[in-house]
Amino acid sequence: MDIDLSAPHSMGTTIIGVTYNGGVVLGADSRTSTGMYVANRASDKITQLTDNVYICRSGSAADSQVISDYVRYFLHQHTIQLGQPATVKVAANLVRLLSYQNKNMLQMGVIVGGWDKYEGGQIYSVPLGGTILKQPFAIGGSGSAYLYGFFDQAWKEGMSKDEAEKLVVKAVSLAIARDGASGGVVRTVTINADGVTKNFYTGDSLPLWHEELEPHNSLLDILLASGSPEPMST
Amino acid sequence: MGYMCWSSEIAYSGGMARFAADVPTRGGFSFDLCQRNEMLLKKGNQLPTFRKTGTTIVGLVFEDGVILGADTRATEGPIVADKNCEKIHYMAPNIYCCGAGTAADTEAVTDMVSSQLQLHRYATGRESRVVTALTLLKSHLFSYQGHVSAALVLGGVDITGPHLHTVYPHGSTDTLPFATMGSGSLAAMAIFESKFREGLTGQTEYLRNHQLPNPRTYVSSRGYNFLKGHTEVLSTKITPLKSKVEAAAEVDEMEE
Repeated sequence: MDIDLSAPHSMGTTIIGVTYNGGVVLGADSRTSTGMYVANRASDKITQLTDNVYICRSGSAADSQVISDYVRYFLHQHTIQLGQPATVKVAANLVRLLSYQNKNMLQMGVIVGGWDKYEGGQIYSVPLGGTILKQPFAIGGSGSAYLYGFFDQAWKEGMSKDEAEKLVVKAVSLAIARDGASGGVVRTVTINADGVTKNFYTGDSLPLWHEELEPHNSLLDILLASGSPEPMST
Repeated sequence: MGYMCWSSEIAYSGGMARFAADVPTRGGFSFDLCQRNEMLLKKGNQLPTFRKTGTTIVGLVFEDGVILGADTRATEGPIVADKNCEKIHYMAPNIYCCGAGTAADTEAVTDMVSSQLQLHRYATGRESRVVTALTLLKSHLFSYQGHVSAALVLGGVDITGPHLHTVYPHGSTDTLPFATMGSGSLAAMAIFESKFREGLTGQTEYLRNHQLPNPRTYVSSRGYNFLKGHTEVLSTKITPLKSKVEAAAEVDEMEE
């Protein structure tokens, strides 16, 4: 199997955004792949747009990074001109305008989430093509295919912050188990009236799902720990 | 908004031939020769290949800074074109950049951003920051949509601390404590993944040709002689170069 290292960097991903009573929880995995090679196993796909609005990126890494940079710049100007924090709706619509007007050249699907004093916690989905859709929860990326049924059953209105975060972590972890293009750690960002909290959950803190095996220490670590000389010296 | 004007620039330069010469030339790719290239390809000529550096470049963040490493082989297909080429490019006194991919692209883009950084230093009066170099590189590469085939490992130490970034040809970037790029990146990453830990120590210096893994082994100490008569001479033409001494012509002083 030949690894194509010149393939564009894409984030075959799992991204999730969920509202709860008081704010939103955004979640994502951390794998960036170039073809079959994992170029970055600890990427941060939840990018800040303003103090109170974050964006989960999926699709082409370059496209989503550049769009996020432009939107951050516009929102900064907008905040200065407005004299108060930008609303989540404005942020999401800026993303949507750039996404729709350049639909031929871009390949990215994002979820914009945040909190503002007018509407509280909101999640907007902006998939390929540049549609904008306000939803109580949204999922995206290649791993989301495995989560539609899960959310249909597990989602409920009016969850607490902890319930919402547990749901997001469980969902991303399920998607990582089934989607080859998702992996690494689970990152979450919780946004509410009190501010922003970022967390990350390493693989060993997540439960094992159906047929998942216990992690084993690498043979190299075992050999070294037992004190024998290094098998290969530099 | 470089990338958004991209498609309109193509349409513009296609129509340029019809307009008079008072239209100023714009920067970027010129597609004037595309028709001629296609015609030559149809005739059976082959496009010259790019010189690609089949490469291993690595970077690592340690206690007080950043270490960048690279091999020195540049290849043209199966042939080693340059045995000792310089893949760690200067960007600023405190920032260096390793380049993999097409040699011309990595040279050109690092030279260009290095000049831009210098101008920026003059304008701001401050030491360059790694994120500045990063933003300049990523916006240039993104606007060329991956056609500038430069994969870079950018590292440096500025007032905010040590930084290491990877930049991909399409313009995406990653920030990592250790990074590898190039065709040898998988092997190098295997070493990093097994041995890297936080809090390593080291010192800052430039070690050119730190290791020579493939030295030229058979070198005759007596030197090599190419005796007369071993190579057939087909024809000889001798043109003596006469040195002429001319009196300097009267030169007018330059007016103020």
